[in-house]
Amino acid sequence: MKALGIAHKYGDNVDTDVIIPARYLITSDPKELASKCMIDIDKDFVNRVQEGDILVAKKNFGCGSSREHAPIAIKASGISCVIAETFARIFYRNAINIGLPIIECPEAARDIEAGDQVEVNFDKGIIYNLTKGRQYQGQAFPEFMQKIIKSEGLINYINSES
Amino acid sequence: MGMTMTQKILAAHAGVERVTAGQLIEADLDLVLGNDVTAPVAIKEMEKMKIRNVFDKNKIALVPDHFTPNKDIKSAQNCKYMREFAMDQEITNYFEIGEMGIEHALLPEKGLVVAGDVVIGADSHTCTYGALGAFSTGVGSTDMAAGMATGKAWFKVPAALRFVLKGKPSKWVSGKDIILHIIGLIGVDGALYKSMEFVGDGINNLSMDDRFTIANMAIEAGAKNGIFPVDEKTIRYIKEHSNKKITEYKADEDADYEKTYEIDLASLKPTVAFPHLPENTRTIDQVGDIKIDQVVIGSCTNGRLEDLRIAARVLEGRKIAKGMRLIVFPATQKIYLKAMEEGLLSTFIKAGAVVSTPTCGPCLGGHMGVLAAGERAVATTNRNFVGRMGHVDSEVYLASPAVAAATAVAGRISGPEELGL
Ligand code: SF4
Repeated sequence: MKALGIAHKYGDNVDTDVIIPARYLITSDPKELASKCMIDIDKDFVNRVQEGDILVAKKNFGCGSSREHAPIAIKASGISCVIAETFARIFYRNAINIGLPIIECPEAARDIEAGDQVEVNFDKGIIYNLTKGRQYQGQAFPEFMQKIIKSEGLINYINSES
Repeated sequence: MGMTMTQKILAAHAGVERVTAGQLIEADLDLVLGNDVTAPVAIKEMEKMKIRNVFDKNKIALVPDHFTPNKDIKSAQNCKYMREFAMDQEITNYFEIGEMGIEHALLPEKGLVVAGDVVIGADSHTCTYGALGAFSTGVGSTDMAAGMATGKAWFKVPAALRFVLKGKPSKWVSGKDIILHIIGLIGVDGALYKSMEFVGDGINNLSMDDRFTIANMAIEAGAKNGIFPVDEKTIRYIKEHSNKKITEYKADEDADYEKTYEIDLASLKPTVAFPHLPENTRTIDQVGDIKIDQVVIGSCTNGRLEDLRIAARVLEGRKIAKGMRLIVFPATQKIYLKAMEEGLLSTFIKAGAVVSTPTCGPCLGGHMGVLAAGERAVATTNRNFVGRMGHVDSEVYLASPAVAAATAVAGRISGPEELGL
């Protein structure tokens, strides 16, 4: 499993209220949510983002409300992977549970700049910065979570186990 | 090495003798919670599952509180979808708006959570029930779906931080000031993935409502859960509200804490969190001159009876500033009724406030008090993120009910002492 795309870069403490503001939570339709993704922090994101792109942020990405609408919006906007120094824990769970690949890697999160072309190898947990010609070792998922991700989410995983 | 209080509860619910930080476990759930925003997503997920029915219709709580009474057609559709599911699955603890309240105030009041329970809720402030000595934590909708179907959830056993609370807070210092002070100290990711365990003799001086407020905001420091030991006050509260069996867990003497903080409650002052993070705290004497357009008193953080009593004490016989909007939203119908019987609501209305039915509305910028560009609010809620209560160019300052009420009177951020109280 791999991701390859252009990086969109953000700072510390990007909260789920700016990823998808509460005023849009009256729907759970992924496409509708994607059309408002990041709107309160970066109005132009929805116009710039291309299928396969990669979102990079610093500390505590996805803090705040537990709304699963946040990873859903990010995934539906075309983002193939989120890289951050650290993730807020509910966001972390949610992303795994809906099958949005995320990876913790402080080095990559600091070094990658907006516009860099980035490739992620999930099996090895390695991130390549093709623009800068550098690579970073990210945190690999524990086996249990790998199973959930490979099943493309918790629901499929439970279905396959039952 | 011993276990923390949280670890003991988790071990018992995973059916193992002991757990250590970092271990992945599957735990049995005593309650699974969802609201009108998160439950519809969970119900849709559950429809994709092979398991058709909820694991136990008495162990699910569904609370339409965010966009209720329905603010528009889409939110009405969401609520209808959740209601139909609740009826179809014969969910015992589904609460229609007339018996409703904001979920985290409602569940303890209805006796649905007691000491020793493991609770997940598809809402980040599910950590509130740590005040009762339960392990409770926020999850997303997919976890909720899996929890409703299987009665289980996966957890990574958290490491812990210990907060030793000492002494007695002064007159206008409440649970809100204590937790804001702590978040200011450790930052919004200061407890990321960890438990916050509150201990110390200072806890005796905190009411249950103070403890609910403190546990409620553990998530604002990134914590997985916040938890209080079970004492006489806890047991009295639970017995008044519930018939469920209490199990008391105590941290081992040699439990492992990554760090211990000592907090002298007597030294704390009323504290305000400035935009746009709960960690941007300043004590009331350091706030400067900040003009405020709207004050909001309520929410799952500070919409309980004691909060309303404090606000009424400040507002009694006073009028709010010209041009100020004061919105009071009691957290549950029961609190609303009590506040009415005690005359608190009439104090609010006479002071110039509007009093709203229980709803999350203004707290998340949903309805009932959304801010325009450039406006500033003082709120007793828990989040002051960009755009949280409305326009991206509005600002939210978090404070206690006492400071909020005094601010409504003064028209700028003020403590009750500035009103001569
Ligand atoms: S009152 Fe605010 S913080 Fe509490 S559950 Fe409602 S929206 Fe969330």
